[in-house]
Amino acid sequence: MARRLPRRDVVIVGLGWTGAILAHELTDAGYDVVAIERGPWRDTATDFNVGYMPDELRYAIRQDLFLKPAQETFTFRNNTTQTALPIREFGSFLPGNGVGGAGVHWNGHTWRFFPSDFNLKSHLDQRYGPGFVHKDLQVQDWGFTYDEIESAYDRFEYLAGISGKAGVLKGQVQTGGNPFEGPRARDYPLPPMKMTLAPTMFAQAAQGIGLHPFPTPSANLSGAYVNPLGIAMGECTYCGFCERFGCSNYSKSSAQTTILPLLMRKSNFEARTLCEVTRVNMHPTGKHATGVTYVDVNGEEFEQPADLVLLCAYGLHNVRLMLLSKIGQSYDPNTGEGTVGRNYCYQTNSGVQLFFDDKIFNPFIAAGSLGQTVDDYNGDAFDHTGKDFVGGAGINCIPTNGRPISFRPVPPGTPRWGSAWKKATKDNYLRAFGFSSQGSSYAIRGNYLDLDPTYKDRFGNPLMRMTFDFPDNDIRMSNWVTDRMQEIAKALNPRQAVVSRRTKPYNIVPYQSTHNTGGAIVGADPKTSPLNRYLQSWDVHNVFAIGASAFPQNAGKNPTGTVGALAYWAADAIIQKYMRNPGPLVQA
Amino acid sequence: MTHDAAPPVSVTRRRFLASTAAIAVLASAGGRAHAASLSGILPWQPYSATPPTPVVPGGWTFFTPAEARAVEAIVDRLIPADDVSVGGKDAGCAVFIDRQLSGSYGSAQNLYMQPPFANGTPSQGFQSPLSPTGRYRQGLAGLDAYCKANFAGKSFDGLSPAEQDDLLKKMEANGIKFESGDAKSLFELLLQNTMEGFFADPIYGGNKDMVSWRMIGFPGARYDYRDHIDKHNQPYPLPPVSIMGNSTWVRR
Ligand SMILES: Cc1cc2nc3c(=O)[nH]c(=O)nc-3n(C[C@H](O)[C@H](O)[C@H](O)COP(=O)(O)OP(=O)(O)OC[C@H]3O[C@@H](n4cnc5c(N)ncnc54)[C@H](O)[C@@H]3O)c2cc1C
Ligand code: SF4
Repeated sequence: MARRLPRRDVVIVGLGWTGAILAHELTDAGYDVVAIERGPWRDTATDFNVGYMPDELRYAIRQDLFLKPAQETFTFRNNTTQTALPIREFGSFLPGNGVGGAGVHWNGHTWRFFPSDFNLKSHLDQRYGPGFVHKDLQVQDWGFTYDEIESAYDRFEYLAGISGKAGVLKGQVQTGGNPFEGPRARDYPLPPMKMTLAPTMFAQAAQGIGLHPFPTPSANLSGAYVNPLGIAMGECTYCGFCERFGCSNYSKSSAQTTILPLLMRKSNFEARTLCEVTRVNMHPTGKHATGVTYVDVNGEEFEQPADLVLLCAYGLHNVRLMLLSKIGQSYDPNTGEGTVGRNYCYQTNSGVQLFFDDKIFNPFIAAGSLGQTVDDYNGDAFDHTGKDFVGGAGINCIPTNGRPISFRPVPPGTPRWGSAWKKATKDNYLRAFGFSSQGSSYAIRGNYLDLDPTYKDRFGNPLMRMTFDFPDNDIRMSNWVTDRMQEIAKALNPRQAVVSRRTKPYNIVPYQSTHNTGGAIVGADPKTSPLNRYLQSWDVHNVFAIGASAFPQNAGKNPTGTVGALAYWAADAIIQKYMRNPGPLVQA
Repeated sequence: MTHDAAPPVSVTRRRFLASTAAIAVLASAGGRAHAASLSGILPWQPYSATPPTPVVPGGWTFFTPAEARAVEAIVDRLIPADDVSVGGKDAGCAVFIDRQLSGSYGSAQNLYMQPPFANGTPSQGFQSPLSPTGRYRQGLAGLDAYCKANFAGKSFDGLSPAEQDDLLKKMEANGIKFESGDAKSLFELLLQNTMEGFFADPIYGGNKDMVSWRMIGFPGARYDYRDHIDKHNQPYPLPPVSIMGNSTWVRR
């Protein structure tokens, strides 16, 4: 029997990026908030200790900070004709675990999506005529516009001290920024980071062929910064142990470096760590939630009653908790009915590796988001008339590290061991770099999430099943963008350029990105989205699900800038509208 | 109606406590993890960091003497001694693998190991019910039986370097079958772990004297490159350091 605890105003599931933002906003508004986090407490001085943080084996290879599959994993198959099998070892994506969530060990590329990404379906219909978007693609509008969340983007960027250069300031294009971005009210809080050689050469080459490179907006700070909460951060030292690692320098934005020092001191906030939420409890009417049930690290079960339940558990876990708790109806790809698990999307990437004879790149002088991007072929920044696809990709030259267990570029055909391998490894280590495309991922009927019929977690609850392969539209898009990348590669004039194209089937083993989106999407119609435009469940009004799970489809950009904006957008709706008059914020 | 029971740890009633109230229950005396309730303060405890334990060479913690001889011979073919660097054995790769197998990596403690096990497609990833220790034990037994049957009773370490290379190439190309274990997957595991040992921080037993880092020019755990970020196309001047420091800093 679960022990029943005293009621709280708000219970937050997960204390990562979104959980920390929501907790801060709601405690400031005077509510009594408890966050329940299944991983451990973590902080810079103890857990991201400079004395032993630069350890590739422990953190990057053995994945010390990530969720362990023994605790929870997913099952996976490429399509419904296959039997899904458990992901026994994480590879393609690496969910976080512990206070700070995946925000502890992210790279820090911090993007705004294009305005046309938000009203995508109506935008494409209007620009190219109805019927241009292939009928198999379940492309949808978000239910709100870029202009409506511009200020929420701004708040996240100023919270996190993002280093970058505005491209469009109050409607005016700025030199040196991204000319394709939506208009912003003010510039980034910090100037761009200093560039290393590889992205500098990439930018010159791209500019030389008429493209518009700009410094990638980065949560690795270019200088000292005090954020609006009064929390100070330091300058990035280009340590090259960034993604997959915590930052020892207080230079990478995360809940730890931007929110927790203030949040943890508030008397109306409590964090419970090493406690895993197993379900949202429902009132017998099924119309509202009564709180959550969780199990602590010693296996004891508790019930935490609350008036408002916020799922901030990372997109995939939000969807699983909704499925386990029967909040909304599970999506069925055969009938197209049900909405929870619908429109699961990912990211469609490809890469080019370049080898030189006469250059020294010092790949170890690097940071998680130090680089240059070209957005000329992203989203709908270019004319798709006559093309056989929609969507696009950002082209990024962001060499993040020279950690040698995994970074050892050698030309194709080199043996994998022996003296010839060793010589090639020595000769090329300093003399190669790569750039990659990060492409949009659009939903199709057969890509979805549901509960697995066979495999269970350690509590006996079903694992979530992921059914996914790259849609043909996205493969065509990626191939076309990869052709453009070859033009940039040619302009760089390397000794050799090696292209890796995106091919089917999607493989769960090699790392691609922890950008799992959809499954609990926002929208204007309860038949095609489980959440309304405020990230509130259409069916259960006191449950909100915040994360990339809310994206109807994914853009050719990393998600967290938009996830952070959605957190502020939802917080405003909750504080200004919902708490004053609890109930559905949008009438179905 | 159920009545409200006591909260899991003592301070959920921090509302009624002074604003400085702080309770952080992070670990019990027995070292067993406890759920913690954290409120009113940014928690911090002395000695709560978890540095790695340096590997001490000497002896074997997982391999039998015969297995160790085979693995030492293999790592010395994967990374042969030549004019570029010492070989895998002298770099400590076999010791590295032995110690890794004795820890949480070897037992697959962190992986999802629940049945049912089935052979999936390559895109579904690793599906073996065996942990790395099991894969080594089975695979090395298979390799030994294969060598004894095909090389007049000799074990792998008794073969000539050319014979060893030839056999490893066949394993890599999936060209031979072992009685126990899968030759190709043993090869892949050995290659992966040998490279890990050669390029990881020396604290784990391989990469002796940072040999691989000096070979390629990786400065290791330096952590601050602000003085070199603007120096494009110029070699980095300083030698590598490990998280244990630099071997020249200690008296031998
Ligand atoms: C290696 C890596 C690199 C990345 N790089 C980038 C990048 O450059 N740019 C970018 O935009 N994004 C990047 N990301 C993604 C980014 O980290 C996430 O988008 C972001 O952290 C999502 O925030 P969130 O609040 O939704 O989830 P998280 O920050 O992961 O927080 C979720 C929290 O919920 C907890 N939780 C989950 N389930 C439960 C449960 N049942 N009970 C209790 N607690 C639970 C988790 O332990 C976790 O702490 C990267 C991710 C990784 C892993
Ligand atoms: S690269 Fe910069 S931001 Fe990243 S971990 Fe190192 S110091 Fe921190």
